[in-house]
Amino acid sequence: MSRVTDVRGTLSTEGLRRLAYDLRIRDLQMIHGAALGHTGGDMSAMDILTVLYFRVLDIDPANPTNPDRDRFVMSKGHCSGALYTTLAHAGFFPTDELASYMQPLSRLNGHPDRKKVPGVETNTGPLGHGLPVALGMALGAKLRKKDWRTFVLTGDGELQEGSNWEAAMNAAHHGLDNLTLIVDRNRFQQGDSVANTVGLEPLADKFTAFGWTVREVDGHDIEALASLLGETPVTAGKPTAIIAHTHKGRGVSFMEDEAGWHHRVPTDEELERAIQELTERRDSHVA
Amino acid sequence: MLHDCRLAFAESLEALAKEREDIVAVANDSIGSSKLGGFRSAFPDRMFNVGIAEQTLVGTGAGLANAGLVPFVSSASCFLTGRALEQIKADVAYSNANVKLVGMSSGMAYGALGPTHHSIEDFAWLRAIANLVVVAPADPEETRQAVRAAAEFQGPIFLRISRMGVPEVHGPGYRFEIGKAAVLRDGTDVTLIANGVMAHKALEAADRLADRGIEARVLNMATVRPIDREAIVAAAKETGGIVTAEEHTVFGGLGSAVAEVVVREAPVPMRMVGVPGEFAPTGEPEFLFEHFGLTSENIAIKAEELARTHA
Repeated sequence: MSRVTDVRGTLSTEGLRRLAYDLRIRDLQMIHGAALGHTGGDMSAMDILTVLYFRVLDIDPANPTNPDRDRFVMSKGHCSGALYTTLAHAGFFPTDELASYMQPLSRLNGHPDRKKVPGVETNTGPLGHGLPVALGMALGAKLRKKDWRTFVLTGDGELQEGSNWEAAMNAAHHGLDNLTLIVDRNRFQQGDSVANTVGLEPLADKFTAFGWTVREVDGHDIEALASLLGETPVTAGKPTAIIAHTHKGRGVSFMEDEAGWHHRVPTDEELERAIQELTERRDSHVA
Repeated sequence: MLHDCRLAFAESLEALAKEREDIVAVANDSIGSSKLGGFRSAFPDRMFNVGIAEQTLVGTGAGLANAGLVPFVSSASCFLTGRALEQIKADVAYSNANVKLVGMSSGMAYGALGPTHHSIEDFAWLRAIANLVVVAPADPEETRQAVRAAAEFQGPIFLRISRMGVPEVHGPGYRFEIGKAAVLRDGTDVTLIANGVMAHKALEAADRLADRGIEARVLNMATVRPIDREAIVAAAKETGGIVTAEEHTVFGGLGSAVAEVVVREAPVPMRMVGVPGEFAPTGEPEFLFEHFGLTSENIAIKAEELARTHA
């Protein structure tokens, strides 16, 4: 299937790295404008989303329901800000519309609605829903002998939901090598660190024990992400779990690894400082 | 002769699957209790058994629908609706996924297994969810047709299928239509509105009432949502009183759905026959139906009260 969009698939690794910072800036502006949003988790997921939408996924914004498209499920639906910013810049809807984020009657709800937003595959928000739905997609592709792939992004705290492990057992049972789970391992959840809440370690061993191939990656290393996501399935006959080690609030010094920024909205002054930092990092050529 | 509507469901689904390659079934270790053994034998690659995992049961259905398939997600109604309610809301109804949910052995059919296995809250839970059609067929013919209608319908739908034996209530030539009540018997003194396993009891109640000089209209309200407002308003205006009968709690079920129309559009006295707001004691279904007054005689008594009051 050919890609029709201008920038997608054409950006260099450096281009992707810079884009991810631009998307962070646009997202923070959007959150600031809405006075609502999930700042920390948006920032941790942005590099992953950038690589997926601008390098890995075989999708066509001009034909978002093409039956043969790759599927991406944003299980951490509260990070809609990161998703919308990415979708808009990938060409699924006009970037101007981002200003309507969570405004009355906007189609950009706090959690994504597939009936309204092109490119959204399933409505998420309550945690632990994405992987079971992605399982169904992957089963469907196998049954129909289609070679499109299914990717799902969960948070790490979200893995406390038991539904993920039901689906994980099923995916391995059916040998779904067309399914890739990416865990945004930013180590924080709403109220505290994951470790202080209900710890997940040894997380890689858990997935291995559940019959998955596991890879760990720096979730802010564009090149490593692109290379790993591009080569899935890693093992024939097995689903892949990619534990992407990330930082909540990535890119803004005063937001990084601070649980308080889970859904805090930057003040005018904080936004200004954040944009300055993100711009500097974007232009510094240092990941 | 009494019929198990699960058999009609399975027969209809297998016939459909022969005609359409996009029909698949999803179960949670419920292949036997959903009578899907024949489907599995005929279409082994189209039968997905997720194990004892209801959240994944419904989520998988939504994913299969996304892949262009038409999944019939079948499980004991108590587990399907209770355990996976949020998946039904978010993954299916809110996402407008083309999933066919099939709640098996609903109501109090599991008898002495007790309230954990009874599904007397499913109408209330499901009809509160937007964009979800809720249907409870009354007999094998209606079940067969409802399965076909569900497959043809684009969008989320729930079918409530009983395992309790029921007689045929629809005559030859019956055509099921989503959202349309069926007049099983005409009358002008009072209206009985029922569905599922209570439909034939309402018909029996009408016979009893006729013996007492009361002509009851009987409506089979298979679709609880969207409810047939026209038929309810006509019944209220033309017969002056309505008795509802359901194998469900009287909180939020068929009776409530009818009452919501009646109080707004054509206020008339009503009575509701159903399970009161309590968990069932131990007992087999026949005992529990007697215990809670889910009987033709109780329906007739309530209807007579109404008919005598406004006569």
